[in-house]
Amino acid sequence: MKIDASKPLEYSTEENSNKIFGFWVFLGAEIPLFATLFTVYFVMVNRFASGPSASELFKIGPVLIETFLLLSSSFTIGLAIHAMRHGYKKAMMVFMAITLLMGLGFIGIEIDEFFTYVHEGATLQTSGFLSSLFVLLGTHGAHVSFGFLWGAGIMIQLWRHGITPATANKAFIFSLFWHFLDVVWIFIFSFVYLKGLM
Amino acid sequence: MKKKGPLYALFLSLILLLPGCSSLTVLNPKGPSARTLSDTIILSIVVMLGVLAVVYILYIFVLVKYRAKKSNEGYIPEHEEGNKVLEAIWIIIPIIIVAFLSVVTVKTTTEVENVAADYKDQTPLVIYASSSNWKWHFSYPEEGIETVNYVNMPVHRAVEFRMYSFGTITSLWIPQLAGQKYAMSDMLTTLHLSADTEGSYIGKNANFSGKGFAHMEFEALVMSNKDYDEWVNDVKETAPELTEDEFKGLLATDFLGRKTYSSTHLEFSPPPGDHSEHMSGDGSEMDMDNGSEEHQDNKEIHPSPEPSSGTEFDSEPDPEVEQPLPSSPVDAETHDGH
Amino acid sequence: MDLDKFKVHGEPLIYGAMVSIALATIGILVGLTYFKKWGYLWREWLTTVDHKKIGVMYILAALLMLFRGGVDAMMMRLQTAAPEMKFLDAQHYNEVFTTHGLIMILFMAMPFIIGLMNVIIPLQIGARDVAFPRLNAVSFWLFFMGAMLLNISFVIGGSPDAGWSAYFPLASLEFSPTVGNNYYSLALQISGIGTLITGVNFIVTILKMRAPGMKLMKMPMFTWSVLITNVIIVFAFPVLTVALALMMFDRLFGSQFFTMANGGMDMLWANLFWVWGHPEVYIVILPAFGIYSEIIATFSKKNLYGYTSMVFSMLIISLLSFLVWAHHFYTMGQGAMVNSFFSITTMAIAVPTGVKIFNWLFTLRKGRITFTTPMLYTLAFIPIFTIGGVTGVMLAMASADYQYHNTMFLVAHFHYVLIPGAVFAVIAGFHYWFPKVFGFRLNERLGKHSFWWIVISFNVTFFPLFFLGLMGMTRRTYTYSEESGFGPLNMLSFVGAVGLAIGFLLLVYNIYWSTRYMPRDTTSDPWDGRTLEWATHSPMPIYNFAIVPTVQTRDALWSAKQDNIPLYDDKKITKIHMPSNTGKPFILGVIFFILGFSLVFSLWIPAILSGIGVIVMLAFMSFDRDHGYYISAEEVIATEKKLKRGETV
Repeated sequence: MKIDASKPLEYSTEENSNKIFGFWVFLGAEIPLFATLFTVYFVMVNRFASGPSASELFKIGPVLIETFLLLSSSFTIGLAIHAMRHGYKKAMMVFMAITLLMGLGFIGIEIDEFFTYVHEGATLQTSGFLSSLFVLLGTHGAHVSFGFLWGAGIMIQLWRHGITPATANKAFIFSLFWHFLDVVWIFIFSFVYLKGLM
Repeated sequence: MKKKGPLYALFLSLILLLPGCSSLTVLNPKGPSARTLSDTIILSIVVMLGVLAVVYILYIFVLVKYRAKKSNEGYIPEHEEGNKVLEAIWIIIPIIIVAFLSVVTVKTTTEVENVAADYKDQTPLVIYASSSNWKWHFSYPEEGIETVNYVNMPVHRAVEFRMYSFGTITSLWIPQLAGQKYAMSDMLTTLHLSADTEGSYIGKNANFSGKGFAHMEFEALVMSNKDYDEWVNDVKETAPELTEDEFKGLLATDFLGRKTYSSTHLEFSPPPGDHSEHMSGDGSEMDMDNGSEEHQDNKEIHPSPEPSSGTEFDSEPDPEVEQPLPSSPVDAETHDGH
Repeated sequence: MDLDKFKVHGEPLIYGAMVSIALATIGILVGLTYFKKWGYLWREWLTTVDHKKIGVMYILAALLMLFRGGVDAMMMRLQTAAPEMKFLDAQHYNEVFTTHGLIMILFMAMPFIIGLMNVIIPLQIGARDVAFPRLNAVSFWLFFMGAMLLNISFVIGGSPDAGWSAYFPLASLEFSPTVGNNYYSLALQISGIGTLITGVNFIVTILKMRAPGMKLMKMPMFTWSVLITNVIIVFAFPVLTVALALMMFDRLFGSQFFTMANGGMDMLWANLFWVWGHPEVYIVILPAFGIYSEIIATFSKKNLYGYTSMVFSMLIISLLSFLVWAHHFYTMGQGAMVNSFFSITTMAIAVPTGVKIFNWLFTLRKGRITFTTPMLYTLAFIPIFTIGGVTGVMLAMASADYQYHNTMFLVAHFHYVLIPGAVFAVIAGFHYWFPKVFGFRLNERLGKHSFWWIVISFNVTFFPLFFLGLMGMTRRTYTYSEESGFGPLNMLSFVGAVGLAIGFLLLVYNIYWSTRYMPRDTTSDPWDGRTLEWATHSPMPIYNFAIVPTVQTRDALWSAKQDNIPLYDDKKITKIHMPSNTGKPFILGVIFFILGFSLVFSLWIPAILSGIGVIVMLAFMSFDRDHGYYISAEEVIATEKKLKRGETV
């Protein structure tokens, strides 16, 4: 396989650069996916039937922590890629570990939120509004959970093989994914939570 | 070309098979709305036949002239990039045709969505048409009568159907009087029509709705004003009242023949999107301990009215809907906000 | 557990289907064992990542599905051939027309096109394979397992019965209590994910792996059409993914998206479905335009007329395809304004489509037209599809649509669009590229016989439906009365359907006959082609091109043959990197099948286990360090020599 030394490691082979481009195209498909979920949510948001409405349900506290965790983790994954570019394997692993831990924290809080909602009688079955809320948040949460497992897998490979064109490529693609989830969360935070609390 | 023979035979056989144009119900209108649509259809067919003719003539010409023959063996066609002028022609002319048809569409769509011009000065006769399983309920709030699986209306009278469904999406269609429109569970749709000629017309549900769909037909009988008034009085005097229990029974049945009642179900089961929110008044009647059960039952009967729904697909608010129905209970406060 | 759920009761038809499925399965298993072909099957097909073999498997599956869908169609036409027929009852008729629609669109037309795409695109752009060969195998197996899942529904549990558009609330648990629509949501979901991956794969392949010199505006028209199609896939399929997920939640977990109470909104489904559904039509039709463009150019011995406007018209069509979805339900009461908007966008599509028709006609003009079987299908497409197109404009007029909607007129229209627009195209492409893959042509005489049967019978079957629509016959009606007067035309339509069946059987017989008796090609360019796929051997070696060609003009091979423009910079043969086979995509597909099946029947424990299985498989694939292998230069040279002598490799 030809390695082009003039490019960053993650782009260095044709396969690598194809993979990165392919992942961008995949993210291109994720946009209509989340856009559709948001549309469904906006259509449903006032259809709360006998269940609670958005303003009755949402609490700002946990959401702020979730936002803080996810935004910071986007920063740390950036640091991890920065470390990777300089070939600092250890620093890279540490930053990735921090990223994943914050991701885990995010998932934990979100699950706790879901339990609270269900405890208050706001379940998936209660109303159109809650169905769309749970599915929108759940899809994002499932992406984060999947990202956690994926990131962990990449860390194992990094630990075993060091920073190679293959592992660098995977880590870089993972960072794209993670940033994307962050962007989606910003939309959820603004248009679901903040708007709902208003 | 080769293809002409079979196609010609096909046309011929079709003409022989067709028992005449009158069987093309859609093109045999008996009211202003259906007439507008029929005219639109015929106009579009004529325009489109023109388009087809151009394509077919060109097609036959190139196939005959440029097919491989002994005489042009070894002929290698020249490279031909395209021609700006020609390509511009077959962009601009279709745009003109589409623009013309667009104007026709906008005009006729607006026309059939409103009361026909000749009937503008009349207050339309309102008939609520609701579907459940595989039957149609027609309620006449002004007359206070209700029918199942048939609808009578006076000739030369603007009629306004307000449609909704107790279940699947259905589509009310009386081809000779007007185009179809959906009846759905959580919004009211409106269909304007009127008939110029007395007679019996086939009405049906056009939208697939499950097992009994094929049998979901009804008769639309257009009668003279005098006959209509007589029929209404007759129903009021002789037909039984439609009680809530009776209506629940009707809803639960898959198929029914014709039925006639001297009161409407609108009184205890208001249509969706009717913001006057008169529940059946059951709030005051029901016992506290079985209240929830009762409430559940009601949910099934009422396609739940939605407080607000901000999509562009909702029907335009219908000003007429606000006007309270003749016999609706006024105590709107009993609504317990489900 | 309630075993009754799995059973389908009723007719001899169902039991017949069960028995024949069982016998076929046993037959295949016994045959494989007897001829000791298990190893061959596994090594050469189930684990393959070669785009050509994957393409062939797609096409085989599509042909199978064509016959499944065709049998459905025959049953429908038979049931409606005369008034008050008692061949099928309402429930089975509903299941049959639902699966007919689903199978023909999603499991026949799409995979057939994706199959041709797989076989041809890398060859046409001078590449060794697609960008992600293993992902390509994943795509295929997900599609295949989705198709199988939908197909077993007929005998296990019952098929979906709410129409291929599955409008709510009809498709909800309340009105469709069988597992049929669970199958719908899961089978389509699984194959849909496969299609989405295909979309990503081909966009990257076409944008990043073209032969040197092949600028975007020098790509063959089929490649352009496939590129645009895949962009549509990437933007449209996620909407389907969401819609199906919501449907699954509604049916399996009691959520309230499309329900009638508690804030659900049934119209939301119709909107989501058609936001995907209309672009889907162009997903099957644009590649067909590409196939026709190639065939017309080849058999009139002329370059494609108005190349640039052909490309732009496809781009405009793809854009408009996302802006027309509400024309599927003008009658939903959204008012004259909204309807007018969608009418205009819909009619606007006629303009770029017309441009294509005229460009094709002008390609033929001044050409030297030879009437081979693929060309016959192409030439039949033009007049028939134009009927489909102009009736499309008629339907686009919102007011008039109030009279056409839900009637046989609509059914006639979309068959006039989809059969010439997609089916003729894939058959034409099949005949055209068959020698590329197998090294011999299909018999022309048999091919022409089946062509005339298919084309004439098609018109006999579907032209009467226009009139039935205007007579007021609604679609999806399983029976009608004598007085309605619908009888004679329906009988005529049935006669046509029989003719269509004969035509398709002749097509299959042709494949069999040609495989046995047709002489092998020695030229590797049987049609005197114009584009790169004909520049390599037929059948092509695993690495496609020994030397990657260099492109200077649009019809690269034609220029090479005609004007002696060299196709290969005089480069030496070097070693070639190839991906190695893997069984993981197949296993992943099987696990997805189990997951889908378990969810259909709400078997939670197997569902959770197979869900974990999916994640484990993905992890295995991520940890895979097999980066393929090299074919040495000597081996390539030896293979090339053999192929030049006409030996098989």
